[in-house]
Amino acid sequence: MISMSNGLRNCLTLAFLASFSTLTFAVEFDLREGVTDMSQRIQDLHHLSLAVCVVVGIVVFGAMFYSIVAHRRSRHPKPADFHESLLVEIVWTTVPILILVGMAIPATTTLLEIEDNSDPDLTILITASQWKWHYQYLEADIGFYSNMTTPTAQINNLEPKGENYLLEVDNPLVLPTNKKVRFLTTSNDVIHSWWVPDFAVKQDAIPGFINEAWARLDQPGLFRGQCAELCGKDHAYMPVVVEVRLEAEFDKWIDDQRLAKELSSGQAVADRNKTWTMAELMPIGEQVFLTHCATCHESTGVGQGVTYPALAGGEIPNGPLEVHIDLVMNGKGGTEMQSWAPQLSDRELAAVITYERNAWGNSTNDVVQPKTIYATR
Amino acid sequence: MVAQAEDVIPQRSPLMAFMARWLLTTNHKEIGTLYLWLSFTLFFIGGAMAMVIRLELFQPGIQFAEPLFYNQMVTMHGLIMVFGVVMPGFVGLANWQIPLMIGAPDMAMPRLNNFSFWILPFAFTLLLSSLFMEGGAPNFGWTFYAPLSTTYGPPSTDFFIIGVHMMGISSVLGAINVIVTIFNLRTPGMTLMKMPLFVWTWLITAFLLIMVMPVLAGVVTMMLTDRHFDTSFFSAAGGGDPLMFQHVFWFFGHPEVYILILPGFGIASQIIPTFARKRLFGYHSMVFASAAIAFLSFIVWGHHMFTAGMPVWVELSFMYATMLIAVPTGVKVFNWVATMWRGSMTFETPMLFALGFVILFTIGGFSGLMLALVPADFQYHDTFFVVAHFHYVLYPGAIFGTMAAVYYWIPKWTGNMYDERLGKIHFWTAVIAVNLTFFPMHFTGLAGMPRRIVDYSLQFADFNMVSSVGAALLGMTQVLFLYIVIKTIRGGAKASTRVWEGADGLEWTVPSPAPHHTFETPPAFPPIMDENESTSLNE
Repeated sequence: MISMSNGLRNCLTLAFLASFSTLTFAVEFDLREGVTDMSQRIQDLHHLSLAVCVVVGIVVFGAMFYSIVAHRRSRHPKPADFHESLLVEIVWTTVPILILVGMAIPATTTLLEIEDNSDPDLTILITASQWKWHYQYLEADIGFYSNMTTPTAQINNLEPKGENYLLEVDNPLVLPTNKKVRFLTTSNDVIHSWWVPDFAVKQDAIPGFINEAWARLDQPGLFRGQCAELCGKDHAYMPVVVEVRLEAEFDKWIDDQRLAKELSSGQAVADRNKTWTMAELMPIGEQVFLTHCATCHESTGVGQGVTYPALAGGEIPNGPLEVHIDLVMNGKGGTEMQSWAPQLSDRELAAVITYERNAWGNSTNDVVQPKTIYATR
Repeated sequence: MVAQAEDVIPQRSPLMAFMARWLLTTNHKEIGTLYLWLSFTLFFIGGAMAMVIRLELFQPGIQFAEPLFYNQMVTMHGLIMVFGVVMPGFVGLANWQIPLMIGAPDMAMPRLNNFSFWILPFAFTLLLSSLFMEGGAPNFGWTFYAPLSTTYGPPSTDFFIIGVHMMGISSVLGAINVIVTIFNLRTPGMTLMKMPLFVWTWLITAFLLIMVMPVLAGVVTMMLTDRHFDTSFFSAAGGGDPLMFQHVFWFFGHPEVYILILPGFGIASQIIPTFARKRLFGYHSMVFASAAIAFLSFIVWGHHMFTAGMPVWVELSFMYATMLIAVPTGVKVFNWVATMWRGSMTFETPMLFALGFVILFTIGGFSGLMLALVPADFQYHDTFFVVAHFHYVLYPGAIFGTMAAVYYWIPKWTGNMYDERLGKIHFWTAVIAVNLTFFPMHFTGLAGMPRRIVDYSLQFADFNMVSSVGAALLGMTQVLFLYIVIKTIRGGAKASTRVWEGADGLEWTVPSPAPHHTFETPPAFPPIMDENESTSLNE
């Protein structure tokens, strides 16, 4: 009994292993399924056309091989002499047309959806050049280059090759989940082609022209692709890496990028190096206050009841400076008082805090310097 | 043959006589031989470049070819194989066979024929010399997309342009000659609809050549002026359009791929009936299908550009037209199978190559149908799936077709039978090697490996290694083929007049080897085939 159950278990294990290996076999030999709705539908289309080809192939090659075996001279010494049949010709012209129509319908509907580039939530301008990609987030006004990071030593076989050999970059394109992301592609020099197999997006980047494509991504992850159009010497060394993040994480990432850009700009550096007077900061602060703060706190600083506290004579603008700076920069959790640090520059923050501490009868005489803000970030 | 040539040019040293004979010959058989040897020579050169490519792709990393040199190999391999091997090979077969098959004494314009051929060695010398120039040979792929080939092309691009012009002139002149010969020199009684299929497919091919080679000449001329005379046909900065290059190129390029396959269809249609001992099934539909393929080839060029950014209705039009090509192509395959059906087949080497052609070409046709579907093409385009597709069409199509033709007609050309045992070994190793080389490329392509890359990520390593092993074997089979051809030229069992038991057609009524001059008076048609006289190798 024991040996039998062992045998059964071995059989089951073998069957499991066999099915598993056929599964991996199938995956390795198949078009990638990808992670978008469109990539999956394209895979379905691939399977459909492959199945049609296999069935037609079995019929045609089957007839051929049968004939090769059965109608060889040793078995079939006297050839028949038929050589024409209009009916047969009509049949094997019409039947393929019907099969083709059956393939064209799903191909057409899928294509119409793929080519519907309307209503994007987010637009990325992808500019190719020999041999790197530049990604510009049009809405957020940030952009950066993406270069391959695989070391030359690995390419020249001096070091063992890494897991993502040739498919790794310094700055991946970061995208959010659940948004319709539109890709605009263009080039600065020759024609390239931006391709991420898992998104089923392959779009040529042509100098002087802009092409478009889109993707909607359901799940976070890292996705890798390559330039698909011969673009010169280092065509093989132009990988595409896309990092998909959850929406909230993506928003934070955008803020971080914008801030990093802000902090590194020449204006920001000049602002930090200068010592500002109250007369210089007050008008700037008033402007910032009217734009960003007055909707809640009112232009006269009187606030709106307990929800939006009064600033004129208020506790915070007349209290310790550090507390005030902290509140403006980082906001107050659970309220509509946002974190302003990612949205305003050092100069703007310094000016608006200075303004709040010295307007509407507040008279702390505190002058907040941009470099103080920078240090607090 | 030498004796007759000496009649023409007496009193010269043997070397001078030899030179003069081949340089000045206006005989269609000799010119056919010249074309075939040029094609065979370039086949080894283009093949050696393929070996470099496969050697570099044997493993990930850079081992043998630096990226720029690799790109030159990719480019030259394509150019040599398309313009230097397949086209001259087919023209060689046309030169030998068309006059013999229609009962003509020679091509209609023998001197033009000589000129058409002798342009080619110079054109290819020019093209190949670019490998030794500063900046290297053209490195932008055989499709030479602008602006990679214009603004960014190496200095040798101009040699490439002039070389392409010369090949184009040669092809157009050759095509004119074929058309004039077929229209004017058929033996009385051979109406158009009684011509052998090889002649029909070549007639259609010749029209394609005349229509598209000038377009190719146009596109390289526009390149030349963009490069040197400040025009901006293909540069957006000057009001031009890089996409226009692709439209013009593929308007040439797609009919071109049918130029590379139609004569192969004709060859299969000659060989299969012979060895099935049964008339070709559906002669009329074969002719109409060839013409339909030729017509459709002019309205499908956009399927090479689905990712280049075309309006959706344009993509759909090109997709439908492309899918439609499957219909006449299918008709051809079905007719071949019906020809075999209830025949009485033997499987000498020409038949084996013809059957290999039908089966493997059909596999290439299947992947072509898959590529026609625009959404799927977004994934397949510019990957190794495409490389697998067109090598399945071109190797078993054009190359197997030419080899089948050589085995089929070489007894007529040389008077000697080839070594059947070696021929069969050649066929089976070639079939194994072709599939070993090109089938795995489907999988690397589906997995996401772009074409024309010198180095690849680790996931593609296994299949690339298999492809490279197959390519090495495939390279070796060519040496065997060369050996078989030389051995046949030097001797072997004497071939009879009819050569093959089931052979039918005028070329099988002249002695083997075909005398220097044949059909000085038009033969009777239909020919009376000698029922008793044949050399069967399978007895």
